[in-house]
Amino acid sequence: MNQQQDNTPLNHKPEQDEILRDAVDQEYKYGFVTDIDTAIIPKGLNEDVVRHISALKHEPEWLLDFRLKAFAHWKTLRQPTWGHVHLPEIDYQDISYFAAPKQKKQGEIDPELVETFDKLGIPLQERKALSGMAVDAIVDSVSVRTTYSERLAELGVIFCPISEAVRDYPDLVRKYLGKVVPPTDNFYAALNSAVFSDGSFVYIPKGVRCPMELSSYFRINAAQTGQFERTLIIADDDAYVSYLEGCTAPMRDENQLHAAIVEIFVEDRAEVKYSTVQNWYPGDKDGRGGIYNLVTKRGLCRGDHSKLSWTQVETGSAITWKYPSCILRGDHSVAEFYSVALTRNRQEADTGTKMIHLGRNTRSTIVSKGISAGHSQNSYRGLVRIAPQATGCRNYTQCDSLLLSDTSGAHTFPVIEVGNDSSVVEHEATTSKINEEQIFYCNQRGISTEDAVGLIVNGYAKEVMAKLPMEFAVEAQKLLSVSLEGSIG
Amino acid sequence: MNALQQYIDLYREHSGLLERHAPAVLNALRPSALATLTSARLPRKGEEDYEATDLEAVFAPDYGVNLTRLDYPIDPAESLRCDVPNLSTCLLHTFNDVPHIGHLARRNLNGPIVETFTEAAHNHPDVLAAHLGRLSHKGDATAALNTLLAQDGLLVYMPAGVTAAKPIQLLNILSAARPTMAVRRLLVVAEADSHVRLLACDHTQGSGVQSLNLQVVEMVLGPRATVDYYDLEESNADTRRVSTIFAEQHDGSELLIDGITLTNGLTRNNYHIEVEGERASTQLLGMTIASGSQHVDTRSFVRHSAPRCSSNQMFKYVLSDQAVGAFAGKVLIEEGCPRVEAYQGNRNLCASPEAKMYTKPQLEIYTDDVKASHGTTIGQLDQEAMFYMRTRGIPEHEARRLLMQAFMADVIDSVRFDVLRDRLHHLVEKRFDGTLASCAGCAICK
Repeated sequence: MNQQQDNTPLNHKPEQDEILRDAVDQEYKYGFVTDIDTAIIPKGLNEDVVRHISALKHEPEWLLDFRLKAFAHWKTLRQPTWGHVHLPEIDYQDISYFAAPKQKKQGEIDPELVETFDKLGIPLQERKALSGMAVDAIVDSVSVRTTYSERLAELGVIFCPISEAVRDYPDLVRKYLGKVVPPTDNFYAALNSAVFSDGSFVYIPKGVRCPMELSSYFRINAAQTGQFERTLIIADDDAYVSYLEGCTAPMRDENQLHAAIVEIFVEDRAEVKYSTVQNWYPGDKDGRGGIYNLVTKRGLCRGDHSKLSWTQVETGSAITWKYPSCILRGDHSVAEFYSVALTRNRQEADTGTKMIHLGRNTRSTIVSKGISAGHSQNSYRGLVRIAPQATGCRNYTQCDSLLLSDTSGAHTFPVIEVGNDSSVVEHEATTSKINEEQIFYCNQRGISTEDAVGLIVNGYAKEVMAKLPMEFAVEAQKLLSVSLEGSIG
Repeated sequence: MNALQQYIDLYREHSGLLERHAPAVLNALRPSALATLTSARLPRKGEEDYEATDLEAVFAPDYGVNLTRLDYPIDPAESLRCDVPNLSTCLLHTFNDVPHIGHLARRNLNGPIVETFTEAAHNHPDVLAAHLGRLSHKGDATAALNTLLAQDGLLVYMPAGVTAAKPIQLLNILSAARPTMAVRRLLVVAEADSHVRLLACDHTQGSGVQSLNLQVVEMVLGPRATVDYYDLEESNADTRRVSTIFAEQHDGSELLIDGITLTNGLTRNNYHIEVEGERASTQLLGMTIASGSQHVDTRSFVRHSAPRCSSNQMFKYVLSDQAVGAFAGKVLIEEGCPRVEAYQGNRNLCASPEAKMYTKPQLEIYTDDVKASHGTTIGQLDQEAMFYMRTRGIPEHEARRLLMQAFMADVIDSVRFDVLRDRLHHLVEKRFDGTLASCAGCAICK
C-alpha cells in the first residue's frame, strides 16, 4: 500500500461534511396533500375486490378473466426477499386498491387538482403548455386528463389512459397486454395484473415519428392506498416515440405501495425512448414513511434493427426495487440503459437492468451511476445474458458508485452469461468517494467546496443526464441539486 | 432426492468405525456438522451463486468412503516424476485421503512442523484445538460434509518467526477401483512473522472410475505472516472436485492463493477469506484452461473488516469446445473500514461457439473512503493481432496459441518464485498445444 496515502488524515474537511449533511437534510418539496373529494373502495384484497375494480371500469369479460387468473396465481406466491433492501412483510389486506378523485361534472377536472399539477409544474391546460409535451395525468387510480390527444390522433397516434384504450381499441390491447410481462412473471407483476388501475396506452402506427414528447405524470394523493398503474407502449414498424414518466407523492408517516408494470413493444426499425424521473416521497430523515416502489418494466425489441432506450433518474421512494429490462429478439436490435440513482437518509434502492440477447448482432449498453448519502443503501443488480444462437453480440456495462458518507453503502451485483464465442461482453464497476484532490483543485481556483461538490456530482451524472430529453434534463438536474446540494446549482 | 441424506445415513450407521480412526479433536466437530447437514440441502443449478453447477448431481452418485483406512496400492513413484525441475521441495503425499509424511520430508523440513492430525493431536493439541474447524463452520453444506466424514488431514504449523527454507509440496493422488469420495483436510497455522510457500497438486491415476475430491483447507495467518499457496489441478475427466479454502488474516499478513486448473472433470473452488487485520494484503489468482467437457466454477468471498487492508483478485479463463466456466465473486467492505483497496477482475476467452461462461462479480461496500472496483470481460482473441501475426508468416493455430498464452501471462507472472513460474509457463504452453495429456504415465512429465 502506498505509504504517502497512509499519512494523510482520515477525516475529510469538516466544511465538506457540513455541506453533505445539509444535502442529506433537504426537505421533500412535493410533499403537500391536495384536499379533493376522493372515492376510495374499502381496504382489503379478495376476488370480489378484483371484480369490483373491473366493474368500476366497465371492463370486458376477457380482462376480468385476465385479472382473476393473475389474482389466483398471486395467491400462490410469497413476497420475494432476495433484494438487498429491508422490505418488511407488507399487509396486502391493509391497502385500498382503488381511489379516484371525484369529478365535479362529466369531463371537468377539480380546480384543486389543476392547481396541484400547476404546483408540480405539469400543465394540464393545453394552451399553457409551452414545451409541446402531451401529458397524461394520473392521480391515485385514475387518469384525470390527457392533453393533445386529438392532435396526436390526426397522425394516427393513440395516446390515452389504458382504461379508455380497453374500451376503444380492445383488439390492440388484448393483443399486447401481458405479453412481455406475463401475469405470472413475479409476485408484484401478478398483484398488478390483478388490480391494475390506470396508466397510459401509446400506439405509434407504422412509419410515424411522434412529433412531441409523450409523458405521464403519476401522483399518489389519497392515504392508505396503493398505486398500481399499467403502461403499454407499442411502436410499430419505423415508428419513433419518446416517452417520459414523472411521479410524486405527499409526505406521510405511513408507507405506501406503488407496484407498476410497463410493457413496451418495438417493431422493425422502430425506436422507443423511455425516460423516468422518479421522485416519490422518500420518507423522512429517520426513515419514517415513504413509498415502496416495486416495479416491473420490460421492453421487447421484437423487430430487426429496433431500438429501446431506458433512462432513469431515481431520487425518491423509501425502497426502490426495479429493473427496466430489454429482450433483444430482433436481429441487429439495440438497447440502452442509463441510470442515476441517488439515495439519502434511510432510502434503499436495488435497481439495474436485464439485457437478454436472443437475436444476432444485437448490442446493449448499460451505464449506471449510484450516489449514496446518509445511511442509505444503493445497489446495482443486473443481468446480461447472451443466448447461444445470438452470435456477434456486444455489451458494455459500466456501473459506478459514489459514496458521500461513511455510513452509506454501495453494492454491485452483476450477472453475466455468455453462450457463444462471437460475442463480447465488458463490465466495469468502481466505488469511491468524492475525490479530495478534485475538491482541492477547485478550491485552488477559487471555487468553494460547496460548488465543487456540486460540480463533481453533476459531472459524475452527466453521462446519463445527457440522455434525457431537454425538458426532463432540466428537471432532473434541478432534482439532483435539491436532493443533494442545497444551494448548489 | 436429497443427495446429502446418503452420507448422513452412512455416518449414522458407521460413526463408531469412522471415529475410531480419527483424533478426538476432529470427532468433537462432528455433532454440529451433522446438525448443519440435517437442515441443509445442496444447491441446484441456477440457484444463487450456483448459476452453472448442480452440486446435488455432483454428490448424487453413491461414492464410497474409506472408513476402515485401507491403504490403496498407489505407486508414488508414478507421480514422483511430477516434480518441478531445479526446485527442491519437502514432498508430502496424500493417497486419496490418507496423508503420508516420508522420512526424507521430515528431515528436510527444518523449522516448519508438518504432521498428520493424528500425530498433532499428541504433539500440538493446543494448535489443533484452537484452529481446526473454527473457520470451516462458516462454509456451506459441502464444508460441513467434509467435517462430518474427515478422518485425518495435514497440519502445517509455522511457529512464530520461522521461515520455511524449502517450499512444502503436497501431492494429492486419487486412485480407486470403484467410485470413491476422498475427504481431504489441510490446516495451515502461520504464527507471527513466519513465512511459508505451499504447492499443492491434484492428480488422478487411472481412468474410468468416477471419484470425488472433497477438500477443506483452513489457513490462519498471524501478524506479518506470509503464506503462498499454489494449487495446481491436473486430474482427469472422471474426477470431480469440491474444494473450499478458508483463510483468516491478521495485521500485516500477506496471503497469495493461485488456483490453476489445467485438466479436470468438474471443479468447484470456493474461497472464503476473512481479512481482519490492518494492512493485511490478499492476492487471489486463478487460471483455468478448459476444453472438452471440462467444467470449472469458482466462488470467492473476501470480507474486509479492518481498515487499510487490500485485496486483489484476478481470475482468467480460456474455454474451448463445450467447456463451461463460472465465476461468482464478492468483496464485502464492512462499516468503519476506511482506506481499503479491493479489486476484482475476471477475464474470459470463449474460443469455441459452444463454450459457456457465467460470471457474477459483486461488491458490497459500507464505508465511503475506499477504493473498490471490478472488471469483467468475455470475448475472443483479437482478430487484428491474429491478422498481424499471420501476415508475418505465423500459422493460425500458432498465432492462437501465442495469444492465449499471452492472455494467461500476467497470472503466471504473479507467481512469487522463478522456478515454478518457468515451469507453469511451460505447462501452459504444453496444455495449449495439446501435448500435456498425451503422456500416459504421468501428467506432468518433462
